[in-house]
Amino acid sequence: MIGQPVNRVDGPLKVSGRATYAYEYWDAGQPLYGCIVGATIGKGRITRIHTENAERAQGVRMVMTHQNVPVQGVRDESVQFEYWRAQPVLTGPDIHYHGEPVALVVAATFEQARAAADLLDVEYTVGRGRFAFAADDDEAYIPKVVNAGLPTDTAVGDFEAGFRAAAVRVDQRYTTPYEFSMPMEPHACLVEPRGEDLVVHVSSQIVDAAQTSVAATLRMAPERIHIVTPFVGGGFGSKLGVHAETILAALAARVLGQPVKVALTRQQIFQLVGMRPTSSQRVRLAAGRDGKLTAIAHDVTMHTNPDLEFAEQTAATTRSLYAAPHRLTSHRLTPLDLPRGADVRAPGEAPGLLAVESAVDELAHALGMDPIEVRIRNEPTVDPERDVPYSDRHLVDCLRDGARRFGWEHRPATPASLREGRWLVGYGMSAAIRGHFQGPTAVQVRLEADGTGVVRTDMTDIGTGTYTILTQVVADGLGLPADRVRVELGRSGLPTSWGSGGSWGAANSCAAAARACAALREKVLVAACGDADSPLHGRDPAGAHFGDGSVRIDGAEGASQALGEIVARHHPEGMEAQGEIRFMGDDPNYSDYSIHTYGAHFAEVGVDADTAEIRLRRMLGVFSVGRVLNPKTARSQLIGGMIWGAGAALEEEAVVDSRSGAFVNRDLAQYLVPVHADVPDVEAVILDGYDDKANLLGAKGVGELGICGAGAAVANAVFNATGLRVRDFPITIEKLLPGLPDVDA
Amino acid sequence: MRPFTYERPTDARTAVSAVSRSGAKFISGGTNLLDLMKLDIEHPSHLIDISRLPMRDIEELPDGGLRIGAQAVNSDVAADDRVRTRYPVLSQALVSGASGQLRNKASTGGNLLQRTRCPYFYDTAAGCNKRDPGSGCSAIGGFNRIHAVLGASDACIATHPSDMAVAMTALEAEIELLDAEGSVRRVVITDFYRLPGDTPHLETVLRPGELITGVILPPPPPGRQLYRKVRDRASYEFALVSVAAVVSTERGMISEARVAFGGVAHKPWRSFEAEAALIGRPAEMATYRDAARAAMRDAVGQGHNDFKIELARRTLCRTLAQAARSS
Repeated sequence: MIGQPVNRVDGPLKVSGRATYAYEYWDAGQPLYGCIVGATIGKGRITRIHTENAERAQGVRMVMTHQNVPVQGVRDESVQFEYWRAQPVLTGPDIHYHGEPVALVVAATFEQARAAADLLDVEYTVGRGRFAFAADDDEAYIPKVVNAGLPTDTAVGDFEAGFRAAAVRVDQRYTTPYEFSMPMEPHACLVEPRGEDLVVHVSSQIVDAAQTSVAATLRMAPERIHIVTPFVGGGFGSKLGVHAETILAALAARVLGQPVKVALTRQQIFQLVGMRPTSSQRVRLAAGRDGKLTAIAHDVTMHTNPDLEFAEQTAATTRSLYAAPHRLTSHRLTPLDLPRGADVRAPGEAPGLLAVESAVDELAHALGMDPIEVRIRNEPTVDPERDVPYSDRHLVDCLRDGARRFGWEHRPATPASLREGRWLVGYGMSAAIRGHFQGPTAVQVRLEADGTGVVRTDMTDIGTGTYTILTQVVADGLGLPADRVRVELGRSGLPTSWGSGGSWGAANSCAAAARACAALREKVLVAACGDADSPLHGRDPAGAHFGDGSVRIDGAEGASQALGEIVARHHPEGMEAQGEIRFMGDDPNYSDYSIHTYGAHFAEVGVDADTAEIRLRRMLGVFSVGRVLNPKTARSQLIGGMIWGAGAALEEEAVVDSRSGAFVNRDLAQYLVPVHADVPDVEAVILDGYDDKANLLGAKGVGELGICGAGAAVANAVFNATGLRVRDFPITIEKLLPGLPDVDA
Repeated sequence: MRPFTYERPTDARTAVSAVSRSGAKFISGGTNLLDLMKLDIEHPSHLIDISRLPMRDIEELPDGGLRIGAQAVNSDVAADDRVRTRYPVLSQALVSGASGQLRNKASTGGNLLQRTRCPYFYDTAAGCNKRDPGSGCSAIGGFNRIHAVLGASDACIATHPSDMAVAMTALEAEIELLDAEGSVRRVVITDFYRLPGDTPHLETVLRPGELITGVILPPPPPGRQLYRKVRDRASYEFALVSVAAVVSTERGMISEARVAFGGVAHKPWRSFEAEAALIGRPAEMATYRDAARAAMRDAVGQGHNDFKIELARRTLCRTLAQAARSS
């Protein structure tokens, strides 16, 4: 079943409304409703909160502010990963960013809570906030490490000398805006007190992180926190950790001894879950006339919240992308009094490749060379900064295959030379690369006495297809039909995983499940072959084949026995085995090899010659991701990423009002993401593959690769269409309009 | 909680008498009002649901015009054969607006009265003279990419978001109003909307208690009609700039012209200046450029929206050229 385009096993539940999400549980009876009140200033201090009117309002059960919030744990930086740390709220009168929670109002109904929230009267002294990003800010500083523990700066060779000596140089600055993850299901939580324990129904990507973080914040033993998150309506990184809605719901439920639920409004998501930092990226490329790069530098400055440092790894994949003897990468942070930076789909790669892959296009133009050819000429033989071999690098295959499928030969060689009626038409392409990560994950696989296979792990399905691919892996692993496999996910108490994030979830959980199946097959064979009453008795397990719910030894001449029968005879309570994979840092393959996924994006755009409206006409991505577990769910992931990339190139931008520090366009009518009409023809093709260094399945992450470089292909197509290079993303009408020719007859 | 009461009268007379109550407001499709209530921008204490009043018909008028019932939903008006053949600019404007789902709910009368999409109007933490008179205009000096370049004031630079009303402006539609005494009056659409001045919270000349009962389309003007909407994405976005144009030519000369802009002002903007620069002149690009210059002569940018002035000029030129070519 692995590799088959199996439909989502949870699809019928979702389309019929029977998949229960965090905010929808009623098991514990009528919950109370919490409404978060956010600061209406960007920096300063609460001088007084008048809660009386809100407390007296109909239905109100509690108004929680910094004055009466229970004692919470503090954020502990010795805990390695942010998402496992305490996330205290309402910590004091100081306001650090616009929208920061200043109170939670809990009432019998949602409407009562919201109306009472409006009655809360908060007085502030307004401080002088820093809200406007400037790359050359004097306060820019050097972080110790960047996200995912990657080094802040790298240097190979003598960049300055290499750059100076080159025949052709590109030295440009690209800027990218604040961007938010906008899952369909807003961040939501329902907490139910059960004795001393709390059952936390939460929309979360990582169960273990949610449990640890909630426990640390509420200063409770982790085993008293029961996370339940079987279905998650999208996360994109914004649900790796828990946010104010979860902590506040938990605090309130504990104080009131009743279930409390809190969901963020769409507007609050723009304040409370963190965002992709805005960035200014200087990219310098130097090459000989033959197109061979001699020097690459990628220097990034971005914003950070001063108290919650986040350095997106924007220049990190530049370290592995192209060969060049002289290299530099760096990351700098400028503190601003804005919400924290956070992981947003393909953190680092998405904005970084937008810049670098635009710069490579500029280099190709300066060289008068086809941009695919420039990339092929700079294909490295080993990872140029780590000096280790690549595990399974097929970038050039993606480039060539994509060029053929897309009809790249029809690309206008001269920018602004192809016109169809009112449309200026252009082609663009870009390379894609993303590191593959592996995290510690355990999966238990059981066989029940009725022959059913059960997969159990606290791994999550955030809309990606985890239920489906685990079904496939275990159906193959135990020789069961898919409908005899049941997958249990998203609950604490199940074997611990690293959840969904970083595109590691599928490979982590499926590799661990495959291990568990192998161990379980072993147990089954030992039991059957050692059983004098079994038809398999005395046969050599080496000749065993699992299929159709039975195990057969020695083929047609041999014997077989139903799995259920074996289990019922020996372990009527069920047989089980656990499979585990380790942290990549403990797996030598991840230090001995440079393990990435690759792709090539191709885009055709039309730009209206009069109005500068840009419309994507078609887009193709060709990807190499090792072995594909399910081409249908993988394609959905890749297409989703490509569409996001196109949106990042042309539409997506959260705007800060530099007077108040507030995000201005706080809804999906104003914060633009692509609608269907924007993406008429998007296709993803995945090359056959198997990365034997990644894991025993040969599979690697897929989700985030789709966005990597996608925007640059679109941006490069805009240049090809118009001859205009916009380096300040997104590329919107006002940035192209001044460069367009006059309206003609 | 903000409680409100709700009633659904079955005839217009009952509706207008019900709305005299303090805090009462009509609701039809609710595509804008419900959002505004949730965001604490509108807080009516009584809702009078007029969506099922018998005002959904589109009727022929003896003079060759059409009367569109105020409760006719946008989808139905856009799809009406008579509208499509005789008033294509209106049909085009309607289908360019919102989404299929919203057009199925939104009424003709409600579309006329939708509120601005200025983000500061929606942010109750920000000053906004339209939402809270006297509290200032945060858009001036703020993020004002979608804001007005014509007819704005120091008190407000918001734009009217409707596409439909822009087409109706070019068609010189009249709004039919019924008051509590049962008397009916008609107001030409250009007079129906106000400029912001010092009172941006007053957006139309509707009197308290009046109900929009229909829109009268005069017989279609001669010439080719076109609606062109410019926006960042291909659907589901308000216009940065839109143009409704009607152009008639005779032997290469423009004999009649109507021009209205959307997305540039507090109201759908009829450009008599552009029309004057067109009529009697050759149907050629030089003429359209003169008209575009005339239309934007008094335009003032606010920073982020400066580009709209040039964008409006270019969009007008292209729309006129396209309309004239096939008229």
